[in-house]
Amino acid sequence: MNGISRDSLLLTFKSYLETTTRRWYFVFFFLLLLFLFGIAGLIRQVTGGHIVTGMRDNVVWGVYIVNFIFFMGLSYAGALISGVLHLFKSDWRKPIIRMAEIITVVSLVIGPFFIFFCIGRLERLPYLFIHPRIQSPITWDVIGISTDLIGCFIFLYLSFIEDFAILRDQKKINFPSWKHKIYRFLALGYTGTPEQQKAIRISRNIMAAMIIAIAIIVYSVLAWIFGVTLQPGWNSTIFGPYFVIAAVYSGTGMLILLMYLFRKVFSLEEYITKKHFVNVGVILLIVAAFYGYFTFSDYLTKWYGSVKMDTTLIDKLFSEFYWMFIFANYLGILIPIIIVGIPRFRTIRNITIGALIAVIALWFNRYIIVIPTLETPFLPIQDSRIDWINYSPTWVEWSLTLAGFSVFFLFYMVISKLAPIISVSEMTHETDEGKKILS
Amino acid sequence: MTKSNIKTSRRKFIRSGIFAGLTSVTGFSAGIVVNRAKAESSEEKEKVLTTDGRLVEVDKSQIEEGKNSVVGRKESMKGLPDRKFVMVIDLAKCKNARKCVDACQEGHYLPKDHEWIKIYYLQDAPNTSPYWFPRPCFHCDNPMCVSVCPVGATYKRSDGIILVDNKRCIGCKFCMTGCPYSARSFHWKEPEVEQPDVEYSPETNVPAKEGTVGKCVWCADLLRQNKLPRCVTACPMGVIYFGDMVEDAVTNGVETIRFTKLMEQRAGFRYREDLGTHPSVYYLPPVNRNFPVDSGFEGHDEEIRKRYEKSIEQIIAK
Repeated sequence: MNGISRDSLLLTFKSYLETTTRRWYFVFFFLLLLFLFGIAGLIRQVTGGHIVTGMRDNVVWGVYIVNFIFFMGLSYAGALISGVLHLFKSDWRKPIIRMAEIITVVSLVIGPFFIFFCIGRLERLPYLFIHPRIQSPITWDVIGISTDLIGCFIFLYLSFIEDFAILRDQKKINFPSWKHKIYRFLALGYTGTPEQQKAIRISRNIMAAMIIAIAIIVYSVLAWIFGVTLQPGWNSTIFGPYFVIAAVYSGTGMLILLMYLFRKVFSLEEYITKKHFVNVGVILLIVAAFYGYFTFSDYLTKWYGSVKMDTTLIDKLFSEFYWMFIFANYLGILIPIIIVGIPRFRTIRNITIGALIAVIALWFNRYIIVIPTLETPFLPIQDSRIDWINYSPTWVEWSLTLAGFSVFFLFYMVISKLAPIISVSEMTHETDEGKKILS
Repeated sequence: MTKSNIKTSRRKFIRSGIFAGLTSVTGFSAGIVVNRAKAESSEEKEKVLTTDGRLVEVDKSQIEEGKNSVVGRKESMKGLPDRKFVMVIDLAKCKNARKCVDACQEGHYLPKDHEWIKIYYLQDAPNTSPYWFPRPCFHCDNPMCVSVCPVGATYKRSDGIILVDNKRCIGCKFCMTGCPYSARSFHWKEPEVEQPDVEYSPETNVPAKEGTVGKCVWCADLLRQNKLPRCVTACPMGVIYFGDMVEDAVTNGVETIRFTKLMEQRAGFRYREDLGTHPSVYYLPPVNRNFPVDSGFEGHDEEIRKRYEKSIEQIIAK
């Protein structure tokens, strides 16, 4: 990483920070349109009641909960990549940690909204705080997610302070004065004195360790919402760690996708190289192996025994959900492993494709965890209406799902207008005591 | 006793005083006068048995008819003192007449989607005989639904009844995934049945509210008036017995039997004992049946018959 000067890095982003292209506006309004589509869906749901969704008395949780778990899983990328790599002080992490940290905060903001969409009486949401009952895993979740959000936000902000100071002090890029004021305010009077540097370094180390722990707890708690129930397929002791691993997997995949995207958009070939893709790809491979192992052992034990409800569930997975099961739990694991595992296949594009498959597979993985179980209650569903027997999402649910993804990228577009997507301060730090530990 | 008597009359007068005070200052003073006059003038006393079994003498003017008072959240959480309600369902007698379902839906102003008591067509093993299985809420003693509720909208009372307060319920549906018996249903839309203009009580769950969860309440409001739940009285076969564990007696409206004796003689059991939820509903096995199981398909709409088609197919396939 030597030889990168602060000025040259700033110049790379100069045009993006100074002017806004037509393409940016085009993409922005396209995503905004998707978002508005979601708003339309939400209005339909609020006025028409939850009957406009595909959810019914048996499958009471649908795509909303799937999205909730999915986005919470993505948030794990930041916690893992930035937290762990920060503590290990690996040098190569520097250009990509900001992306990872932003994934964390953004998806942590989006995720809970899907819970809100799932709640029958949205106006009573404050009851979660006014009348909380600590016995309920949902209360654990409320506490966990809000702690996680605050922690991850602080961690992200700490990494931004130095950059805001740089942006405030530099002369290369011409900012409008309102932006300058924002930087001055957000830099909190940072001038780079040794004490300030030390304070930031120490607090970042503490926060890095903390967010790893918090993220593990939060994602386990989320798994226990399912794990503590008696439902076949959910009542599994393995669910906590299984969800954590699945989360890291999807988060790592998402990070690779964003690395690819930003590398293209901002022409960052100089900073984000094949080495980064291979390194993160190797993390993806290791996590894929773990995830595959957990999936296998969870389903093997259910399948090998002959508990009636488990058998019914497995039968359902291998009939109605066959392709989803194959995609989520076979292809979604094996393809990334093969791509990264065999050196010949390890190109930037292939790794990105592998990551894309992993991310999509993980969405389906959550789908086949949530829906089939709800379709196989202990007492058989005896109903004449097909939509009460089998769940299928309606346009309302899809519109809000699309809106969730569009907001994810909208956040990135706005943030990348405010500050470089690569941490300038991090890239140009001369000394790094971490080299003593790992390099 | 006189002390508590004064207390209640005082509370009453304060309440009426506040009401009057809201309208006008003169109204406030008038409220006091009326109340005091009432309390002093009436000399007629009446002996009344309280819910906890004490015989008390109260002023006649103080007596209000029990059924007119709406039991609010706080009162509904207590449960009737010294009671532990229990239900026994005799599977040998059930022929899916569905009168319990109708009476329940009518009594609680439920839309057709909501069957607080549901009749299943079950077969335990490939070579055993199918039977009809009415399933109300089991009012478990270790209730999953109560444990997982994040806001205390559903609660267990001392008399065993589990209620849902639809004024507190946020509609997260966690209780529905928690309940292993699918006993709960959700108001996915405004209830299609016109709701009566009454004050809400968790004991009746009326009026229903969109976006909240409802379930069988064992007609807690009727129990308070010493009446049997609607499903019990509606059943023409006398399938459902209801009673009290403390008194060790259950009745189906026709005959009253000792609960322990019934369990002993008829080999009573609870559904899915292995789940550890400790249901308060017991079943008597479908032996020496009064009706052939197929008679349960007769006399119903096409829609009702269609419900069981898949289960029948599976049974034939085995």
